[in-house]
Amino acid sequence: MKPLLNSLPETVFTTKVDDLLNWGRASSQWYMLFGLACCAIELMQTGGPRADLDRFGAVPRATPRQSDLMIVAGTLTYKMAKRTKLLYDQMPDPKYVISMGSCSNCGGLFQLAYSVCKGVDKIIPVDVYVPGCPPRPEALTEGLLRIQDKMMRERWLVKPSRQEEARAGA
Amino acid sequence: MEAKAIYARLESQFPGKVGGFKEDVLEPYCLVDPQAIVEVCRFVRDDPALKFEVLSDLTALDWPKDEKIQVVYHLYSYAFKHQLVLKADLPRDNPAIASVENVWKVANWFEREVFDLFGVIFEGHSDLRRIMLPEDWVGHPLRKDYVEQEEYDGISTQRAPLVEKLLR
Repeated sequence: MKPLLNSLPETVFTTKVDDLLNWGRASSQWYMLFGLACCAIELMQTGGPRADLDRFGAVPRATPRQSDLMIVAGTLTYKMAKRTKLLYDQMPDPKYVISMGSCSNCGGLFQLAYSVCKGVDKIIPVDVYVPGCPPRPEALTEGLLRIQDKMMRERWLVKPSRQEEARAGA
Repeated sequence: MEAKAIYARLESQFPGKVGGFKEDVLEPYCLVDPQAIVEVCRFVRDDPALKFEVLSDLTALDWPKDEKIQVVYHLYSYAFKHQLVLKADLPRDNPAIASVENVWKVANWFEREVFDLFGVIFEGHSDLRRIMLPEDWVGHPLRKDYVEQEEYDGISTQRAPLVEKLLR
């Protein structure tokens, strides 16, 4: 697999193989348990039997080394921000981040406090922002589906130049 | 024991060192000379008529107009179910007071918190360092004249443009 990475012109073969890879990846997003505040309760609820993230193949992992997705759920303080960066760096590529709730989007209700980081995007790149205080399980599920959409658009075999063209065209 | 009686007992024990008694508030308090804080605390803990075994809270207030920082001791007695608040006024430019860690062990963390947020130096404290904020934090954020840094450890403290506009 490795020699083929980013090396082929875009053909039916490459897109189909890419789709297969993406399908597998999107259907088994393992998310890291990263509850920081009250959003974590909704995150647990989303993982629970009623909203049931498991039906999308998303299961919680307790370590960044096994995770594909980081759901930052809750108020991020500066003290925690440094640890968040560390945990994000420990996750293997390809990795995705959902910023869940107002606090991790922009600091939210607590952004006037001296100790609260004004949004998790100040330290790590964010793929999907889920608004809400806290977001309902349905909203977080929607966020997860948007991540799946994003994963399905990834191209692994196509040459980078063609990838950029494709991205510019889209 | 009523707050008034507690105060009368303190005043007779430490003439000139306690004063400013105020009764018509939710929690009656009196002012204590900062130099005498440890002996007063030890007395109210050990005195068989007072028995303040518990330091429920130790906190501080910043009064920039009066140029003082006030350290507040909330005491409670389980034996007699009475309470008392002691306050000590410190100069704002160099706030320092003796630690009461040797009277109530719990003061260790309370004093670290007050040091963290107000910058009050507790002399004789066994381990006076920040308790909640990161160790490389600049300033003491609960002081009224605290100015937020432009960034903390490379992380910008800028808010969304609309919020910054409203703040100004």
